[in-house]
Amino acid sequence: MKILLVDDSKTMRNIQKSVLSELGYTDIEEACDGQDALSKVGAFGPDLILVDWNMPNMDGLTFVKKYRESNKLTPMIMVTTESEKIRVIEAIKAGVNNYVVKPFTPDVLSQRIAETMQKAAA
Amino acid sequence: MDPAFISPFIESVQNVFSTMLQLPVVVGEPRLKTDPKASYDITGIIGLSGDVSGAVALSFPRTTAERIVAIFCGMEISADHADFPDAVGELVNMISGGAKANFPNRNVSISCPSVIIGEGHRVMNQSETPAAILPFETDCGVMAVEIAVRDNAKKVAA
Repeated sequence: MKILLVDDSKTMRNIQKSVLSELGYTDIEEACDGQDALSKVGAFGPDLILVDWNMPNMDGLTFVKKYRESNKLTPMIMVTTESEKIRVIEAIKAGVNNYVVKPFTPDVLSQRIAETMQKAAA
Repeated sequence: MDPAFISPFIESVQNVFSTMLQLPVVVGEPRLKTDPKASYDITGIIGLSGDVSGAVALSFPRTTAERIVAIFCGMEISADHADFPDAVGELVNMISGGAKANFPNRNVSISCPSVIIGEGHRVMNQSETPAAILPFETDCGVMAVEIAVRDNAKKVAA
């Protein structure tokens, strides 16, 4: 499974990569903001996208909206510090399939990924 | 400063450190900040805007910061390494994001973090915004969270 990680923090990308690696996912592409993600997503063709919200140049919500204009199917999980209910609803409306609030444990991230991929396959 | 903005930061620091670092933190007595000098040598700063505006700073002595970042990243990283500010920035990002979610009925946005490394640096806040210092102790050493925020929603309501 190909996974695109979009987060401006290299530390957070490394932490998520480590969790994904434990789960057996090693085909991972990284992007440091929404613009970078848009430039990479076509060629990489991910099966799952993990995207942060607050990033420079283009935030995660804008990326989700732009990506959903051309791709309605690829599952996306927002991984962010934004935990208010209003933000979660905003992200779901924009097109994310699931939501993980930072800080998270490896178990929570892996559980959300499993849920998301099961729903996408159903 | 309204104490309603202090508790969310204490809870958020404890949540971030227990979840991401498995590191218990003990909070000391909050106090007003009277000196513009940052509490310690390494400071991550994040801006708040919206119903509550101002800044939050997470400040550590160098050795404490290096120990905490080592646990967070799973490897030792010197404060002089290019990846070090990123890790400190992500910690203050998670603390601020978690705290603002528990502000009472306030809609707040946070900026991308900045990190300052250097002995004796100063963190200036707007003169009419008092700053509070929350001291913390961990097994990695001491640290402080400095909060200087203004409640714009209260001002409008008044």
